[in-house]
Amino acid sequence: MANIISDETIEYVGILAKLELSDEEKEQAKKDMGEMLDYIDQLNELDTTGVEPMSHVFPVHNVFREDEVTNGDGREDTLANAPLMRDGGFEVPKTII
Amino acid sequence: MSREYETVIGLEVHVELATKTKIFCGCSTAFGGAPNTHTCPVCTGMPGSLPVLNKKVVEYAAAVGLATNCTINQNCKFDRKNYFYPDNPQNYQISQLYEPICRNGYVEIETADGGTKQIGIHEIHMEEDAGKLVHDDWEDVSVVDFNRSGVPLIEIVSEPDMRSADEVIAYLEKLRLIIQYLGASDCKLNEGSMRADVNLSVREVGAKEFGTRTEMKNLNSFRAIARAIEGEKNRQIDLIESGEKVIQETRRWDDTKESSHAMRSKEDAQDYRYFPEPDLVPIIISDEWLEEIKSRQPEFRTEKLVRYEKEYEIPRYDAEIITNSKHMADLFEETVAICGKPKKVSNWLMVETMRLLKEHEMEPEDIRFSPEHLAALVELADAGTINSTVAKEVFEQMFADDTDPEKYVDEHGLKTVNDEGALRSTIEQVIKDNPQSVEDYHNGKEKAIGFLVGQTMKAMKGKANPGMVNQILKELL
Amino acid sequence: MSLMSLTAVELGKRIQNKEVTAVDATREALAAIAAREEAVHSFVTVDAEGALARAEQIQKRIDVGELTSPLAGVPVAIKDNMCTKGMKTTCSSKILYNFMPGFTAEAVLNLEKAGAVILGKTNMDEFAMGSTTETSAFGVTKNPWNTGHVPGGSSGGSCAAVAAEECSYALGSDTGGSIRQPSSFCGVTGIKPTYGTVSRYGLIAYGSSLDQIGPVAKDVTDCATILEMISSHDSKDSTSVKREDTTFTEALVDDVKGMKIGIPRDYFGQGLNAEVKEAVLAAAKELEKKGAIVEEFDLGLVEYAIPAYYVIACAEASSNLARFDGVKYGYRTQEYDGLHQMYKKSRSEGFGAEVKRRIMLGSFVLSSGYYDAYYLKALRVKALIKKAFDEAFAKYDVILGPAAPTTAPKLGASLSDPIQMYLGDIYTISVNLAGLPGISLPCGMDSHGLPIGLQLIGDCFEEKNIIRAAYAFEQTRSYVHSPVAAQNEKGVVS
Repeated sequence: MANIISDETIEYVGILAKLELSDEEKEQAKKDMGEMLDYIDQLNELDTTGVEPMSHVFPVHNVFREDEVTNGDGREDTLANAPLMRDGGFEVPKTII
Repeated sequence: MSREYETVIGLEVHVELATKTKIFCGCSTAFGGAPNTHTCPVCTGMPGSLPVLNKKVVEYAAAVGLATNCTINQNCKFDRKNYFYPDNPQNYQISQLYEPICRNGYVEIETADGGTKQIGIHEIHMEEDAGKLVHDDWEDVSVVDFNRSGVPLIEIVSEPDMRSADEVIAYLEKLRLIIQYLGASDCKLNEGSMRADVNLSVREVGAKEFGTRTEMKNLNSFRAIARAIEGEKNRQIDLIESGEKVIQETRRWDDTKESSHAMRSKEDAQDYRYFPEPDLVPIIISDEWLEEIKSRQPEFRTEKLVRYEKEYEIPRYDAEIITNSKHMADLFEETVAICGKPKKVSNWLMVETMRLLKEHEMEPEDIRFSPEHLAALVELADAGTINSTVAKEVFEQMFADDTDPEKYVDEHGLKTVNDEGALRSTIEQVIKDNPQSVEDYHNGKEKAIGFLVGQTMKAMKGKANPGMVNQILKELL
Repeated sequence: MSLMSLTAVELGKRIQNKEVTAVDATREALAAIAAREEAVHSFVTVDAEGALARAEQIQKRIDVGELTSPLAGVPVAIKDNMCTKGMKTTCSSKILYNFMPGFTAEAVLNLEKAGAVILGKTNMDEFAMGSTTETSAFGVTKNPWNTGHVPGGSSGGSCAAVAAEECSYALGSDTGGSIRQPSSFCGVTGIKPTYGTVSRYGLIAYGSSLDQIGPVAKDVTDCATILEMISSHDSKDSTSVKREDTTFTEALVDDVKGMKIGIPRDYFGQGLNAEVKEAVLAAAKELEKKGAIVEEFDLGLVEYAIPAYYVIACAEASSNLARFDGVKYGYRTQEYDGLHQMYKKSRSEGFGAEVKRRIMLGSFVLSSGYYDAYYLKALRVKALIKKAFDEAFAKYDVILGPAAPTTAPKLGASLSDPIQMYLGDIYTISVNLAGLPGISLPCGMDSHGLPIGLQLIGDCFEEKNIIRAAYAFEQTRSYVHSPVAAQNEKGVVS
């Protein structure tokens, strides 16, 4: 494997992705990611000098809304699936210590 | 020998745009409202929802860019900024990194020595605001309200061109004025429609390299900004003097404690993984569209100053104060349009209005009375229907709740009494009741007449015409 | 003979002719579901009561002549990544185990307007990440042709439900082949339309720049009819394209004379099963016999589509799936200490292994220092792939090849080696990268009695070309009902 994924990298990606892996999962993730990156490295065989990165396949542009209020009170639907609710909002662990 | 330091400051200013609806959905941006009432699937990050850009946001952002001498990026795009936080419903913010709408601008500020200085604007980009977190006082929980989530913002990123708190404030005031004139935002720091994050570093005077900078957040007033700059400057100098290093980090300013603390945690990697937003298509601002936006630019302050002196013949000083707030300038022009008398209107704004604003710690933008009512008051006072003391009383009422001055004067019977017979008999009584003052007057104490006028006004409940009171008093004495 | 063995259009005709009612059709669909679900498990949610109530309402509107669409009253199954108001929508994930959307996906709304009777939601690979429908948190779907095999994925539930005749047709979604590959494995027909043709509003995103909703049905006529119905310009989806040419049923003509069909040599190399190859080339011969000009050519870049796809799709997915955090909806872990642990535990417990694998990869390729090397590189390769297709379509009307290199693998055989599994999408994935339309339809059977799928790819906005070619080919053979569908059938198998 050309790409060796370190414990630190997996830990770091876990922080970014907000995923907590067990030790066993971590080992698997290191292996999977290394293999995938090796596979992806094939792309380097292609010379892409001067090629514009293409994020949208079609040249569609300027899709806008007019500045008009179209929505009413959406509270009921917004909160309908809340795992924990309080005072008309979503309850989360305190964000300021 | 102690070393001399220079403070290097750059600002990231967030401004909430004055659109009726949010940036990517048709929810109202109205301030207030019960939690989560101004929400829909888009601004709460419901699975399956998709954003559609509010055209007005692009126009406001471009207008601000034009007014701050920026180059408009006629082919701009949105990107996603990825980070987890509960006020950020999708856990990414739609913003612009790679192709922001404006670049390379500047505004000119006046410096303490009376000169001017250009503060560079690195870029202006469009983005969405986050929701609000309300922290429970008793339990370890916070509550998320998405009413503000998706309110359009522009972020104006300055170059690190400022060297003092004064320059920072001057820059902010300048920006605020420009944006208010454009009608792009009301720019209220206390309500959060204008927010500034301060990037600050210090270096020895003469040094070429910048020092390590920190970013300071949670600055809700000009005063807090000034204090935070002072505090952070001193903190960094202390670190350097004691041989320690400044760490590049984000700090939260606590204005009541007058100190800041680092917001860093091991769970915040500050790695935002920006990539082009696949749900939104690029924005191409054609030359025609740009011209149209340009043609809609309003008369700015410098142009107004010239016109006020010429057209309204009011002194430069008055014009400067009035045009220092878009709302005040509008109020002035609209009032004059109704009643004429620019100097009188200007006086009400310059003296009484400014006094009450200061007294109530309000901004000119908070003025609630209408030009119609101010015009009515000017007419009442000018025609002598009410005297100046009464006029001030009526004005205070009008200032408080936009009371109709004519109605108020009628209801409270405040019209000046011009009936000479009634005045004469009241004054006769006053003279009779105050022999000492009368004697003083005859002994050459001119001041005593003032007391007698006061007594008369009191007896007339303030409604007497002061000129007439003076005249009759002198005659009877 | 069961009404579910009819095509959707045939059933719609009978309903319009008052031979049967929407309620009859719905009852039969529900009966088939009751009988066959144990064997195939295509559904995550079946809303029997609601479906019957809707059928009654729809029938009333048909009776008064209000609903005249060819699909009015015809029962449909919806992949469980499309939001349905008041009907659970899970993406086959524990993290959305109880999610009840407040709105309905635009494509589904379009069907409802046409009088479709929604039966329920079909199983899928969790968040559409997979090629077997084995990564579902709610159990594996089995192939109606042989329940020891997978139905393919990620729209495995939709394709199996159609093949098992538990519904008349279904909607699927296709990000890298998720309609075409399971259609191929299940012996049914599915279309992935040009990107932007069907609104994505209400489709729970996996790879936003690649996702498209499309029809799954028994034949090309059904697919064209359904696609015509679900296509719309939607002002709620900024990537939705304004098209005038969505009368796809016009292309249902048995005429390919002069049509130029290109066969990419690079689709027929190593890794392609011999029986699949033979069946696909035989299909090309049939079209040639009908007057098409068939030619081999080199498309190029085929092997780079999969790595480019995984970078782009995983990067987008890592961001799209960030919203599942236990705050606003879905699963939230029971015990936690502070915000970040709540996030981490909810997500780690809520997502399955394959989803986590892709989120990790996607987060990594976007992270500081790797964005240019991976993400931008992949976007550049995508541009090259699009260019290769542009060049091909300058010469050909349609590109013909297999939908998948093999027929349906056995259950449990794929997941252990992700890269091997990803390779199964080699013929479908580049179509998504280039935003093109593609159709998969049955073209034969392997020696184990498993269906083989033919894929036809068109230039963007040229669905009509592939529909015409597919329709013409379809006339050379007849629809074969799957054993699970035939088994419960008391009448004649056509």
